Amino acid sequence: MPTVGVKRDLLFTALGRTYTDEEFDELCFEYGLELDEITSEKEIISREQGGSKASGASDVILYKIDVPANRYDLLCLEGLVRGLQVFMNKMEAPRYRRVRPVSGEPQRLVITKETAAVRPHAVAAVLRNITFTQERYDSFIELQDKLHQNVCRKRSLVAIGTHDLDTISGPFTYTAKPPGEISFKPLNQTKEYTATQLMSLYKTDSHLKHFLHIIEDKPVYPVIYDSNGVVLSMPPIINGDHSKISLETKNVFIECTATDVTKAKIVLDMMVTMFSEYCAQPFTVEEAEVVYPDGKTCKYPELAYRKEKLSSEFINRKVGINESTETLARLLTKMCLRSEVTGAGDEIEVEIPPTRSDVIHACDIMEDAAMAFGFNNIPYTTPLTYTVAHQLPVNKLTELLRQELAAAGFTEALTFALCSKEDIADKLGKKISETRAVHIANPKTAEFQVARTTLLPGLLKTVAANRKMPLPLKLFEISDVVLKDETKDVGARNSRRFCAVYYNKSPGFEVIHGLLDRTMQLLEEKSARGDGYHIQAAEGKKGGGGGWHFRACRNSLNR
Amino acid sequence: KGTLFSPFLTSLLGSRDVTSGLFQASQGSSMADTGVVESLLGLVEKADGGVDSLEAAAGLGVDHQLLVGAVKSLQALGDLISAELRSSKHWELSGEGTEIAEQGSHEARVFGSIPPQGLTQSDLMKLSFGKIGFSKAMSSKWIRVDKAHEGGPRVFRTVRIKFTWTVITAFSENRSSTRVLPAFRTVKSYWITKGSSFSTTITKQETELTPEMIASGSWKEKKFKPYNFQAMGVAPDCGHMHPLMKVRTQFRQIFLEMGFTEMPTNNFIESSFWNFDSLFQPQQHPARDQHDTFFLSDPALAHDFPQDYLERVKKVHSEGGYGSQGYKYAWKVEEAQKNILRTHTTAVSARMLYKLAQQKFTPVKYFSIDRVFRNETLDATHLAEFHQIEGVVADRGLTLGDLMGILHAFFTKLGITKLRFKPAYNPYTEPSMEVFSYHEGLKKWVEVGNSGVFRPEMLLPMGLPEDVSVIAWGLSLERPTMIKYGINNIRELVGHKVNLQMVYDSPVCRLES
Repeated sequence: MPTVGVKRDLLFTALGRTYTDEEFDELCFEYGLELDEITSEKEIISREQGGSKASGASDVILYKIDVPANRYDLLCLEGLVRGLQVFMNKMEAPRYRRVRPVSGEPQRLVITKETAAVRPHAVAAVLRNITFTQERYDSFIELQDKLHQNVCRKRSLVAIGTHDLDTISGPFTYTAKPPGEISFKPLNQTKEYTATQLMSLYKTDSHLKHFLHIIEDKPVYPVIYDSNGVVLSMPPIINGDHSKISLETKNVFIECTATDVTKAKIVLDMMVTMFSEYCAQPFTVEEAEVVYPDGKTCKYPELAYRKEKLSSEFINRKVGINESTETLARLLTKMCLRSEVTGAGDEIEVEIPPTRSDVIHACDIMEDAAMAFGFNNIPYTTPLTYTVAHQLPVNKLTELLRQELAAAGFTEALTFALCSKEDIADKLGKKISETRAVHIANPKTAEFQVARTTLLPGLLKTVAANRKMPLPLKLFEISDVVLKDETKDVGARNSRRFCAVYYNKSPGFEVIHGLLDRTMQLLEEKSARGDGYHIQAAEGKKGGGGGWHFRACRNSLNR
Repeated sequence: KGTLFSPFLTSLLGSRDVTSGLFQASQGSSMADTGVVESLLGLVEKADGGVDSLEAAAGLGVDHQLLVGAVKSLQALGDLISAELRSSKHWELSGEGTEIAEQGSHEARVFGSIPPQGLTQSDLMKLSFGKIGFSKAMSSKWIRVDKAHEGGPRVFRTVRIKFTWTVITAFSENRSSTRVLPAFRTVKSYWITKGSSFSTTITKQETELTPEMIASGSWKEKKFKPYNFQAMGVAPDCGHMHPLMKVRTQFRQIFLEMGFTEMPTNNFIESSFWNFDSLFQPQQHPARDQHDTFFLSDPALAHDFPQDYLERVKKVHSEGGYGSQGYKYAWKVEEAQKNILRTHTTAVSARMLYKLAQQKFTPVKYFSIDRVFRNETLDATHLAEFHQIEGVVADRGLTLGDLMGILHAFFTKLGITKLRFKPAYNPYTEPSMEVFSYHEGLKKWVEVGNSGVFRPEMLLPMGLPEDVSVIAWGLSLERPTMIKYGINNIRELVGHKVNLQMVYDSPVCRLES
C-alpha cells in the first residue's frame, strides 16, 4: 500500500478548514485511507540517521497517509484534496478536457520501429501555461516518483519524462540505438556521457541503480530526440539536462514510454489530471500526437470518460441496503463518479472519469456506493446458508493424536516448513539428491533453501535451542513435509508426518519405542510381523538407527 | 531523638529479626522445639490474663523466633491456645550504630589503636574504621600525621583523653544525621491466652490416613496434622500442547460450530495460476515479485491446468468480459505456470470454488487454517511462514451486510463484539473491507482481519452461476495468539527457538469472553 506524505497545514488550507488529528483520521477511515503516521522531516531524519543529522531539517508537520494500491488518483496532495472535497460535497469533480493548441499544430512524437526490441510504447501530452510554486513543483516531482514505484512497477512497465517545452522543439523522435551511439548530458551532470558510460556511472547511484537492469542487457537503448538532435531522455533511466523543468517552466512536455500501453495511458492521464489544475485554463490538457511505426496516429492524453449503466436494485441487492435510485446516484457522485437517474426503471448512468482507472466493473461502482453510504451504516444480516460441516480426515486424526501424545507426556513443538539443504541432507548423513526435496529459487538466506522432507531437523534444533531446560526433553510434532511427486499438477505434494524425540543424559531408546507402541495401540495396529507393525534396523546404520541419530544430534547441537 | 547509648535502645537490639522470624515459623510447625512448646504451655497455664511472647522468650531464655515457632505449632493443633498478633514501634540502631554502641566511635577506636610510638598511616587505613575515624580524629586534633617520618607517614596521638561515655555520645550525635540514624522499627509479638480446648499435654499428630487406621477405626481418635496450603504441590509429569496449536484448535472449533467444512490445504506448493491468476490478480502485481514470493527452481513449472478455464482466465485478464474491462495486458501462460510456495490459502479456496462450479450449485461454507509463505523481511512480528485463517461462504444473493453479519458472529465467538469496517483494496475482492475491533487495553481500533466479496472476474470464468456471491475473510493465527499469550517476539512462539518453558506454562485457550 503506497504511503503519501503531505504537509498538514498545506492540506488543511486546500481543504478549507482545519481538523484535529482524530477528526482527520476518522475522515480517512471512512474514505478507505489510513492516517498512518504524524511526523516531520526532522523526526524522520533523526529516526533514520540520528539526531545530529536532523538539525536544520524542517519540523513542519507531515501526515503520512496510506492509499489503496489501485487509487493512483490519490497519490498526491492535489488528488487527495480533490477526492475528499468531492466526498464531502464541497466541490464538484472537475471535468478534464483535452484541447487543441490555440495556435499551430499539436506536438508530435514519432515512434521508430527500433523501439519494438526494447520498449515499444510511448504517449505524450502538454501542460500549457502552468504556474509552479515550490510546493506544486515538489508535488509534481513526488507524484512521478510515486507512480514510478507503484503502477509503473519501478519503471519497468512505464517511465515518465517531463520537459520544459520552451527549451526543445518538436517533432520529437522516440527511437532505440546501440548504447555506444547515444551521447548526451544527463540530468544534473556537467558533461556528456555515452549510454554505456552512464550505465557504469549509475551502478553506484543509490536511486538509479535499481532501474538499470530493465535495459542493461538489450542490444539497443530507448532514447528521445527533439528535431535538433537534443536528447530529452533515455528512458527508463534518466532525462537529459537540457530540457529539465524548473519553477519558472511555463509549458511542460510529458512523455511516458512503456512496455504496457494500458498502464502508460493511465499514468499520463494521472499526471495531467492532477496538475492541469495549475494551468491558465484549469483542467485542460493540450493534446500531443503519437505516430506509430506503421504510420498510425493517436492523440493523447486519452482522458476517456466511460459510461456504465446499472440498476439501483443491483447495488441494493449486493450491498444489503434499500436506498432510492436518486440517493444512490447522489452517493456515487460523491465518489467522483458522476451519476444520473436515466428514468428507465431504476437505471443509473454512471460516468467513470479518467482518474478512476480502478473502476473496471459494475462491482467497483457498487463498492463506491457502499463506501459513500458508509460501510458502518450497513445493517448486519445473517445469511440462511444451510450447510453441514466436515473436518478434513487427516486433520481430524492429527487433532486426536496430538491430544493423546501430550497425554503420553510429550510436548508439542512447532517448527518451520522451510530449512536449509544441510538440515535435511548433510546433517542427517544423506545426499540432497536422495531427499526428493523441492528447491526454492530465490531464498534470501540459507534458512529457506528447501521445504523440509522430514520433521526431525526441526525437533533437533528445538532441543538445541532449549538445552537450559531440565531433562528429559520429550518433544513431538505432527505436521506436513513436502516431497516431489510427478503425478501432481505442481510436481509436489505434502505428506503428514509424526516425529518424536526423547533427549536425556541416557539414550532411553525404550522411551521412544514405547511411544511408538502407544501410538500404534491408539491407531489399532498390532505389533506383529506381516499383519501389523514392526521395527527393524535400517541397513548400514549402527545400532538400529541410534548411529545416525547420534550424528544428527551432534550436528544440530553444534550449531 | 534518643541518645545512642540509651539502655532502652540497646535492649531492643536482640529482637530486630522478629518480623522475618514470623515467616520462618509459618513454614512448618515441626521446627518448633518440644521443650519450648511445653514450657510455653506451662507459662500460659499459670498466667492470669495472658502472656506476651517477647516476655515469655526473655523469661524462658530462648530466642523470640523460637518461641514464635512454638506458638505457630500450637495454633496448628486446634484451639489449644489463642494468639493475638501485636505490634509496637521502637527506635532502633542501624548496623553502624550498633557497632559504635558496642565498640565506640570510629575516631575513638582510631585514637585507641595508636600506640605511644605511633602507627603508620597505611596500617591505620587498613582498619575497618580507619578512614572515617582518621579524618574525624584529625579534625578534632586528637591525632597528627608526621608525613616526613622514616618509613612513611606516621600517626601520633596529640592529646591525652580519658574517654567517658559522655564524650563519645557528644561526638557521635554530631554525625548521627548521616550514617548512624536510628530507624523507627516495628516489632511484632503475640499476646497468648488459653484457647477453648486448652491443655498442657500435646497429642502426637498423624500425617497420613492409613488403611490400617480405617480398618481398625482408630482414625476416629487420631488428631491429624493439617495440610500446608502455602506450599506448591508436586507438578504432574505431563506433556503439553503448543499454544499456537491450542489457538488453532479453538478456531477450528468455532468454524465447525458455525457449519464450515475444512478445505484440503495440505499443498504448500502451488502454481502461480491458482495462487494469483485464477484470483484475477494481474501478472505484473507486486505480490508476484521475487521480493515477495518464494518461487521454486525444482519443480519449477506446473502443468495440467483445466484448459478451457485457463483460456477464460487469460481472456478476462487481457481483454475483460463478464462486464469487466479487464486489465488489458498480454497474459502469459509461462507466468501462470511458475511454481511457488503459496502466499495465501485463498489459492485452495480458488481450487475449491472451481470444483464447486463444475457441479450443480449447492451453497457451501469452507474454512482452512494452514501455513502460507512470504519472502519478506523478517522481524519480531514477521516470519517467512505463518498460518492463515480463512473462511469462505458461497450462496445465491449474499450481501455485504451478510458478510458483516457472519464476521460479527465469528468475532463474537472470539470475544470480540465491537467491530468497524474500513474500505480497502484487494485485487480479488470487491468490495474489500478491513475489519477493526476496539481494543480496550490500547484504547484504540486495531485491525483484526481482512474480508471481501470475490470479484465476478474471478467467479464467472470458473463457471459459477451469476447470482452466486462468495464472501470471504482471513486473518493470521499468530497475531491473536501473541496477543492472547502476551508474546512479543514471534520467534519465541514459532520455530525451533521456541521457549519450551512458555509452552509448559501456557494456559488453556478459551477465546469466548
